[in-house]
Amino acid sequence: MENFTLLVNGVRREVTAPADMPLLWVIRDLLSLKGTKFGCGQALCGACTVHLDGQAVRSCSIPIAEVGEQELTTIEGLSVEGEHPLQIAWQEHVVPQCGYCQTGQIMNAAALLRNNPSPTEVEIESAMAGNLCRCGTYNRIKAAIQTASQS
Amino acid sequence: MIPKFPFLSGPKTSNRSKVFRPSRREFLKIGSLASGAFLIGVNFQCSGPKGEIRTFAPNAYLSINSDNEVRIIAHRSEMGTGIRTSLPMIVADELGADWKSVKIEQAVGDEATYGDQNTDGSYSIRMFFEPMRRAGATARHMLLEAAGKKWEVDPAGCDTENGQVIHAASGQQIKFADLIDLLQDMEIPDQETLKLRKLSDYKLIGKDVPIYDVKDIAHGKALFGADMDLPGQQIAVIERSPVVGAKVINYAEDKALEIPGVNRVIKISGNGAHPGLNKPLEGIAVIADNTWAAIKGRAALQVEWDLGDNKDYQCAAQMEDMIRETLEDGKLRREKGDVKTAFGSSGTVLEKTYRAPYYAHATIEPPAALAHYKADGTVEIWAPTQHPQWARDSVAEALELDAANVRVNVTLLGGGFGRKSKPDYVVEAALLSRAIKKPVRVQWTREDDIHHDFYHSHSAQRIKAGLDAQGKLIAWNHHTVFPAIGGTSSADELHPSDGEMGLGCTDFPYDVPNIRIESHEAKAHTRIGWLRSVSNIHHAFAISGMLDEIAEVRGMDPVEHTLSLLGEDRQLSFNEEMKGEYPNYGEDITAYPWDTARMKRVIERVSTEANWSKSIQDGKAVGFAAHKSFLTYVACIVEVSRDENGKIIVPVVHYAVDCGIPVNTDRIRSQFEGGAQFASSLAMSSAINFENGQVRQNNFDSYQIIRMPQAPKQIYTHIIESQEKPTGVGEPPVPPFIPALCNALYQLNGKRIYELPVKEAFV
Repeated sequence: MENFTLLVNGVRREVTAPADMPLLWVIRDLLSLKGTKFGCGQALCGACTVHLDGQAVRSCSIPIAEVGEQELTTIEGLSVEGEHPLQIAWQEHVVPQCGYCQTGQIMNAAALLRNNPSPTEVEIESAMAGNLCRCGTYNRIKAAIQTASQS
Repeated sequence: MIPKFPFLSGPKTSNRSKVFRPSRREFLKIGSLASGAFLIGVNFQCSGPKGEIRTFAPNAYLSINSDNEVRIIAHRSEMGTGIRTSLPMIVADELGADWKSVKIEQAVGDEATYGDQNTDGSYSIRMFFEPMRRAGATARHMLLEAAGKKWEVDPAGCDTENGQVIHAASGQQIKFADLIDLLQDMEIPDQETLKLRKLSDYKLIGKDVPIYDVKDIAHGKALFGADMDLPGQQIAVIERSPVVGAKVINYAEDKALEIPGVNRVIKISGNGAHPGLNKPLEGIAVIADNTWAAIKGRAALQVEWDLGDNKDYQCAAQMEDMIRETLEDGKLRREKGDVKTAFGSSGTVLEKTYRAPYYAHATIEPPAALAHYKADGTVEIWAPTQHPQWARDSVAEALELDAANVRVNVTLLGGGFGRKSKPDYVVEAALLSRAIKKPVRVQWTREDDIHHDFYHSHSAQRIKAGLDAQGKLIAWNHHTVFPAIGGTSSADELHPSDGEMGLGCTDFPYDVPNIRIESHEAKAHTRIGWLRSVSNIHHAFAISGMLDEIAEVRGMDPVEHTLSLLGEDRQLSFNEEMKGEYPNYGEDITAYPWDTARMKRVIERVSTEANWSKSIQDGKAVGFAAHKSFLTYVACIVEVSRDENGKIIVPVVHYAVDCGIPVNTDRIRSQFEGGAQFASSLAMSSAINFENGQVRQNNFDSYQIIRMPQAPKQIYTHIIESQEKPTGVGEPPVPPFIPALCNALYQLNGKRIYELPVKEAFV
């Protein structure tokens, strides 16, 4: 077990964990931030997507020891001020069905828009290809990203 | 314990009499029974620091308090259909509540109070549209009476709107809350003569109503089963029998216990090779302070298994056996006329064999449940379950407790699709919590989920169709064979039940003079369950594929062909031809007949909306299919083409649906959008294979579901305006999409598709 200091949603947090503990379980079990979800543990579904220094990563496949000084943002910290344009668009399009994969979808889309504020349809599809939705909300996810990109 | 699944077991009238048409006395009883859970019955309750909040609750589903807060109970499970919104909104609409301020509370599993809570079979709306209207109307009636008394006016001249009673003639208005004291002395209105609003007067029903939880979901605040925590809890990850029926010979726990955070290793006993639908599999549980420690501890276990009778099971070999079976005479399930003679006089005979694989549910939230076995011998559960009552009974049975000592709280479900009807994972958590006297949350990994599901069964079918000299379809002989759901519980269940046969096979609606439908024996070597639309999946694939082929042989447009095969407008009951029961999804066939006119209406509508005749003239690759399931009529047109890399894409899907009175139109559309995506996975990407009794796939790399680039691009859902009794939409989008897609692929590639998922070579 080792001690780590993480910068989580702008706040320094101390945790004690084995070096190989995936960031996902640090977030969920040690920091009790439940908005980041477990779906596959193999970076295949995107439910656990968070940002490290603004880039989307699959937290299930990054050991805590590799995080270092990078700034971690989870869905709880996506928009401290209020609502991110994607969160507003998500409500406008009533995107979710069961809702479980949606925070990962939003985090992935937020990183996409940060890198590419006006993505084409093909760019959206390609950027979102790693995020699975079993309920099949893909059409509304795409529409919400397009709406948010215009705001 | 036999679960109640009306789509498999026929009409259930007992529940209905209790909840659908409660007598006044029963209604009062329901009200008072609820007092232990959430509500206070028909009289007052005072709460708040000074007892200043007074609450009025005329029945189990709603309450109004003196702060003008309207609380409505969602008693069915939310797994993505929107039911947690759509049932309460019926109560609110009938009541005249201010919908934006309504609070929704999730019910615990309690059949005596809420009636059936088994969220399955697309029947929440069908079963509870009327009771929800009545729940709201009862309160509304009492509020109108109270206002009439206060204002000394005729209550008939009053109405409710936005949480107030208004009297149009005098312009008076009053908040519900300000009538609470008067309600104390009101009689519960007679349920037989209770007046409901006219359909045209509804402000929510028939409209797009956003889901209640959308904001919480977008902010990561919505809590699912896997998110539940209790102080002092432990996390369990379980190594389960790799083959169904395998037994632990011995195991070494030392290495697991060396992992920091791992505290206990506990064996769970299984229930044999036909373990049933609500029992855990045999396994070794690793119990730890956190999930990662439990996962690592499990990996460090050494378990020696006696793999049992299923260790030599190969699904590919069983498929070949099943195909051979279809060549023989089977068990007769429906007969009309004499197909053998008809084939003798047929000018053309088509005979085709169809194969479909096992499928896993693969909900993105893998099964998880939190159980707390308390010092007083009671158990409290928090679980993402479709069927809290069965979870409660199953826990009570496994722990030998009275069900009254088990409380099941229902969380949001991260997908269900039938998987989370089965409470095996809930029982695991309860057993482990009792063993260690602490709260335990069981967490399945994705691999656990893919390896130990209750699978949609693989299937073989052979359809033989005879056309007379004029090209008319005169004989239809359908053989179907697949390991049945019943085989999960009993080695003797070798044929599909009447329920499974009635899912798109024996209810063949077309006007063909000679029909013979047969099933064959197949043994269950794994746990078979039900997946969104169940055996409609493979039956619709085969039947609508064959009809498309027949249309081609006859030189007919497939849409025109299907319309003509439906024949005269009429209501079918099948009864005289069925060799067993026809469950009709749990409904009386006279109340919900198979109405060919309604099917024609959706076919005509989808054909118009999709501009079908122009599409086929322009040589677009479009495919059509129509299929009724769960009492909802659906027709579907799918267009396919290739992208610049030669990959198949689905640019447009059109659905037309007649689900009776449309309740929440936005959620109807979302179910069809999602249904098309779900069906795309079944048609094009997913399959489970067994070798040596074990599932070969592990995770989303090998068990693939559709991703955004391959997903259908535009999905249009055209909803028939109907005054018929409302029916569900969770499952009906799935069956017709698959053959419509396959028929479109045939137009694109010139190759007929007889096997799912569609092989690369075909696309």
